[in-house]
Amino acid sequence: METLKTNSSVDAKGLACPMPIVKTKKAITNLNPGEVLEVLATDKGSKADIQAWAKSSGHQYLGTMEEGEVLKHYIRKAGENEEREAATFEPVASNDDLLKEMDSNDDLVVLDVREPAEYAFGHIPNAISIPFGELEERISELNQDKKIFVVCRTGSRSDMASQVLAEKGFSNVINVVPGMSEWNGPTETKLN
Amino acid sequence: MKAITASEVTKKVIHNEELFILDVRNETDFNDWKIEGKNFEYLNVPYFDLLDGVEPILDKIPADKELLVVCAKEGSSVMVAEMLEEAGRDASYLAGGMKSWSEHLEPVKVGDLKDGGEMYQFVRIGKGCLSYMVISNGEAAIVDATRMTDVFTDFAAEKNAEIKHVFDTHLHADHISGGRKIAEKTGASYWLPPKDAEEVTFEYSRLEDGNEVMIGSTKISIQAIYSPGHTIGSTSFVVDDQYLLSGDILFIDSIGRPDLAGKAGDWAGDLRETLYKRYKDLSGELVVMPAHFMIIEELNEDGSVSEKLGTLFAENHGLNIEDEGEFRKLVSENLPPQPNAYQEIRETNMGKISPDEEKQREMEIGPNRCAVR
Repeated sequence: METLKTNSSVDAKGLACPMPIVKTKKAITNLNPGEVLEVLATDKGSKADIQAWAKSSGHQYLGTMEEGEVLKHYIRKAGENEEREAATFEPVASNDDLLKEMDSNDDLVVLDVREPAEYAFGHIPNAISIPFGELEERISELNQDKKIFVVCRTGSRSDMASQVLAEKGFSNVINVVPGMSEWNGPTETKLN
Repeated sequence: MKAITASEVTKKVIHNEELFILDVRNETDFNDWKIEGKNFEYLNVPYFDLLDGVEPILDKIPADKELLVVCAKEGSSVMVAEMLEEAGRDASYLAGGMKSWSEHLEPVKVGDLKDGGEMYQFVRIGKGCLSYMVISNGEAAIVDATRMTDVFTDFAAEKNAEIKHVFDTHLHADHISGGRKIAEKTGASYWLPPKDAEEVTFEYSRLEDGNEVMIGSTKISIQAIYSPGHTIGSTSFVVDDQYLLSGDILFIDSIGRPDLAGKAGDWAGDLRETLYKRYKDLSGELVVMPAHFMIIEELNEDGSVSEKLGTLFAENHGLNIEDEGEFRKLVSENLPPQPNAYQEIRETNMGKISPDEEKQREMEIGPNRCAVR
């Protein structure tokens, strides 16, 4: 199984409850908002607990992969104001708009600017994954002539990404709002 | 800070003592299954919400009650109990956590046999499973043993009794049977109803209607009565003309559910026939001893679970539904959720899969849910 790119990793293998969560809580304080933490654990109960803990502490639980005896949990640190930041880029498309467009146009590009671990646990089929932080350096991977729909979880990272693309001369860019948090169209995962 | 064992908590349940339980598992687990006691009070705050300190919950914990901190496997409850002690409270934790609670068996003597033998009920207080041991003249028979087989073999050894026969009233779906393991260990015969055993992968003795087995050299018969409904093979026993071991067919405050092998519709009729005809024909003086209890109110004062058949015909709602359609509806619609991992548990009991002990524990977590009320 491939390794997901994360900002930090905690090894809680062989440790019993409460240690996996104690270590996770400690490690996440050293991350910046929006960064992703990987937690390796062998305690089976850690899966339910890490989800419940993330919910009560406001962080985003992305998912868990099982590799033999080891559970790999992925958590994204809560971003400050991520949800509230107003989208300023135009044009904007709704999730439904994108779904309709996907039905009729097979030449469009969906650019997913979330973190690799978020992408791995569920994304729009054939979406290209370039995290927002890597967009400028990897911009040459994108075709300027294509119609590009930019998605993230809530529409705010994709808003900033759309602005970057426009500045670099992309003329056919559309920001999808809200994005994956409310996506009910087809998805695929990168796991197994 | 001290550890309290599952056995000590069991005594508190039986004696209706007061106890304040701080359960630090996550809410889903707590709502699904917890330690039940008539005079127990509860507070559920997950341990991960207490990592920064217990101050926010101190005013919710009465200072004048005995305080027990409970978690899944002990580790988190030790941490929280320590924090409470540092905050000036007396706190103890449940040794082994809910894992131990689920596995604890409390042997209770439920009666004497006519020739001087004894009848014991093993109350699995945390999960509601009931097993039985009949002892007479140096020999023992066990019915519906759970997977904590040492408890049974040790108990028999203490009583100087040789285990000769091990029975399961049916193929269990809510817990892993210890029957086969005990039989292998002791050389006893392992009896199963053949209609429940069509897919099993091991040798067994065929338990059929009218079988009589003697325990000891004296006249103690275990008489098998074919009583389908919970499963198609379900078999009851009359022991010593005194006790009716009803398996998962009839409980104290409820009756068996017919759907755990996916056949609610087919087996509802069998269940009715067993309860309303076969059981009706038996003496009302027989003391019913089921394979489960569901609620703590079903416990007698000594911690045992039993009631006269005649009393159940008067008081158990499931035995008093005149209309057959209404009965069918009760046992096939709006059933409670099925037990955790019940398919895997059935396969384990058939010998088809052999999960390790840790996995078996995990499969059995939670309440038994074998009844409809």
